[in-house]
Amino acid sequence: MSERAAKPEVVESALSATYWQGLREGRLLLQACGVCGALRHYPRLLCTACFSDVVTWRAASGRGHIHSWTVAHHAFHVGFRDELPYTLVTVDLEEGPRALGRWQGETPRIGMAVRARFETAPAAVELWFEQDGLAR
Amino acid sequence: MGLKDAACVTGIGETAYVRGSRKSAFELQVEASLKAINDAGIHPSDIDGVIPIGIVSGIAEDFVDNFGIRDLRYSALIPHGGASPVMALQAAATVLATGVCRHVLITFGRNVSAGSNKAGARIHNMPQFHYVTEFEHPLGNSAPAQIYAPMARRHMELYGTTVEHFGAVAVACRAHAALNDNAIMRTPITLEDHRNSRMIADPFRLLDCSLESDGGAAVVVSAADVAADGRHRRVFIAGVAVGHPDSPVSITQRPDMTSLGIAKAAPRAFAMAGVTPADIQVAEIYDCFTYAVIRQLEDLGFCKKGEGGPFVADGRLRLGGALPTNTHGGLLSQAHVWGLNHIVELVRQLRGDGGRAQVAGAELGLVTGYGDLGDGALAIMRRA
Repeated sequence: MSERAAKPEVVESALSATYWQGLREGRLLLQACGVCGALRHYPRLLCTACFSDVVTWRAASGRGHIHSWTVAHHAFHVGFRDELPYTLVTVDLEEGPRALGRWQGETPRIGMAVRARFETAPAAVELWFEQDGLAR
Repeated sequence: MGLKDAACVTGIGETAYVRGSRKSAFELQVEASLKAINDAGIHPSDIDGVIPIGIVSGIAEDFVDNFGIRDLRYSALIPHGGASPVMALQAAATVLATGVCRHVLITFGRNVSAGSNKAGARIHNMPQFHYVTEFEHPLGNSAPAQIYAPMARRHMELYGTTVEHFGAVAVACRAHAALNDNAIMRTPITLEDHRNSRMIADPFRLLDCSLESDGGAAVVVSAADVAADGRHRRVFIAGVAVGHPDSPVSITQRPDMTSLGIAKAAPRAFAMAGVTPADIQVAEIYDCFTYAVIRQLEDLGFCKKGEGGPFVADGRLRLGGALPTNTHGGLLSQAHVWGLNHIVELVRQLRGDGGRAQVAGAELGLVTGYGDLGDGALAIMRRA
């Protein structure tokens, strides 16, 4: 049995380091404009509403609804070959921005209520979602 | 001064399209370029503008060196993936209309047969995929088939688009490729073959996905007055425009992930050309995935949003149908050279050189580009 192939490394930037640190602490952090408060994701330099580069960070609740989804049946990176098939979901967070995450559970439906959880994996802490309202 | 009818495509060239070419991307690009220049009836050193597509093979200076160009007056790189060739038509028309250049070469070559150069690895070296690379690739969202799949899933859920609708696009492209000696996939397929092909990234099956292939393609675009002396009947760029979607580098964050940049471009190009979708006799629609054809037809105005599935059913896109589309076989069945082959094919059709796939009497046609995460471009061309 060969070693499991590594997944892609996360390459953090100065803009995103706080986001990744948040995941390591079990929090889904979104950028909030330090001037007008508008939320944005993924991390970027300027606020689209007021063009300020002053940033604060706000923890999302992790709750939201399925916006769309796909099931991978082909591994485009060797690190995922042993996990096929696997499902990815795009989630409308209740704060507004969207997040993409791995999925655990039955076939998702658009509009399904979900909650986030965090999986510590060798390459990074991974963002996962599961159906909300089910017992853990 | 406008761009309408200011420029003509005077030369077209393609290499053989294959898998496993032993030629480098630049060799393939040069071969196609020389064919296009010869087709235009000019000398390589007559080229005074070069737009290499992508940053995957030769740069403008390489053409100065190899073609002995004495006075290159314009060059540009347009980093929008499969939208780049049609965007380059806009750039070429602009510098031809304003007298900067007389003959602009748009040229592309690729060799993706090496395993390290497959799509799932390739795109992560491109800056326009930086959000995908940092936030989604580590979760296993790695290749275009996966990145676009949620767009298609949402279209299916919101509008009732079906597997058979996707299949109709694949079947039409394959039927046309069967008529094309320079197409890689030439065995006809059925809707059942499409449905039975293996799932890649649900809802995309293998036969929803374009080919990985090696080859080169090029066109020469010339100022309209200069083109009057060319070897062929003139094919005018009557309307051309580009557009980018909201949140252009992240589909995940796009307010409406079923919207494309071409929705913004299409009204501009049709207004410039002074025609409507109903006037178009032949269409070459960028077909990285079957779904992308359906979605672009909606945004182009051939049908309303959500009606693209029924629109493509019943053979409408096939030769003899109301809107023959991808008469060369497209990226799905001819070859994937970022859609420069779609421009070549439209010019061939409008010259009347479409061979067994010729659309009878085609005088007005349309070609689209679709790049990266939904950038779009279209050109409407008419023959003299």
